[in-house]
Amino acid sequence: MEWKIDRKKCLACGACVAVCPFLAVELTNNQIVNNKEKCTACGICSRVCPVKAIKVE
Amino acid sequence: MFLKNSYDVVVVGAGPAGSAVTKKCASHGLSVAMVEKRQEIGTPKRCGEGLSFEMIDEMGLKIPQNCIRKEIDGCIIVAPNGKKTIIDFGKPSGYILERKVFDKWLAAEASRAGAYVQAKTEVTEILKNNGKVSGVRCKYQGESIDISAKIVVGADGVESKIGRMAGLNTTSKLINIDSGFQFEMSNIEIEDPNKLWIFFGTKIAPRGYVWIFPKGEDIANVGIGVGLTDKPARYYLENFIKEYPSLQRGSILEVNSGGIPVGGFLKNMVLDNFAVVGDAAHQVNPIHGGGIQEGTVAGHILGDVINEAIKKNDTSEYALSPYNKIWWNNHGNKLLNVQKVREVMEKLSDGDFNTITNSLTGEDILELSDGKKLSVLAKALMKNPRLIGLARHLL
Repeated sequence: MEWKIDRKKCLACGACVAVCPFLAVELTNNQIVNNKEKCTACGICSRVCPVKAIKVE
Repeated sequence: MFLKNSYDVVVVGAGPAGSAVTKKCASHGLSVAMVEKRQEIGTPKRCGEGLSFEMIDEMGLKIPQNCIRKEIDGCIIVAPNGKKTIIDFGKPSGYILERKVFDKWLAAEASRAGAYVQAKTEVTEILKNNGKVSGVRCKYQGESIDISAKIVVGADGVESKIGRMAGLNTTSKLINIDSGFQFEMSNIEIEDPNKLWIFFGTKIAPRGYVWIFPKGEDIANVGIGVGLTDKPARYYLENFIKEYPSLQRGSILEVNSGGIPVGGFLKNMVLDNFAVVGDAAHQVNPIHGGGIQEGTVAGHILGDVINEAIKKNDTSEYALSPYNKIWWNNHGNKLLNVQKVREVMEKLSDGDFNTITNSLTGEDILELSDGKKLSVLAKALMKNPRLIGLARHLL
């Protein structure tokens, strides 16, 4: 399982951060970053993304 | 200028809720700093920018002219079958704001009350002493600074991490977050640019709606909020625009997106030396998604409670808990009703929606979106035996 973000699509709005149950996604320096150690690749972040910039596959 | 090493209160996040609590604390004479991670307060907006006069009165604000883009005198609700319910107040009843100007003005007001405000300052850590919150570590231009505080307030928006770092679980359930996407469009035709336009329909916006909030005669925030869907919010909004002739020639001046809390209010919003407010505490109306007024009034309640606590030299969870009690009594229970209405609306088919809007007046709809007159909607539902179960949900 891999968490991927398309930075061309991402607007750094933080919707994914709001729903991450594991505090694995953060909005820092105006960028969404994923902490691989915390991420369980559950895909919740990808479902809420208004532009579907996140893919978990 | 520049942050000191110690304050009575540190507020994280300079949106309307953060500014409200900051200003309140400062006007009580407390020393307060408010930090904002973005380099410009109010940007980028994640908001349709509408505020009714009623909301403005509740917040006790005298909004300066330069924050206001347009006066609005009503609202047009378009049902899935295209039928319009027109709510016309016959006189100005609200504003469409320019959030980047408005948010900065609110922050400036907080500073005028005696607080210190600093942008591009990101909190990287919550400092703790014996397991209790004792301050924040933040970063400004690459430099780290530790600030101790009697109370830290998390007003860091829908993506709040401060609460969770402090030990309060503010994570939203997926069901309680709408996915929002918006264009600020120019060179469009608006049939009546003095009204807010709201479009419903499961094809247009599953579990949500499309809005057109005019900022001028030919300029508007055109946005969408949708619940859990397979396709992104952007897809639905672009489809709506393609099929809506008067928007097709429009240009895009701004692209906005964000998560919108639509329920899941926190029973407890405080810890020892800590509280959350605004979107971070999910203080948003679950039907219209408006959070400016909810966050502001909550910020005022919190500011008063903090003042009492600090003056009594007791900032424990217990001493801050009146914030929970007052907010729930005055606002939370009402918002829970709004959440119920929303849950019912989400379950209606387009056909049901058409029938029900037929039997409701514009005023009924306004009351419902404010958590009042739930029985009117229940009655309308009961006309259809299939929907009696939903009616029970409201009573």
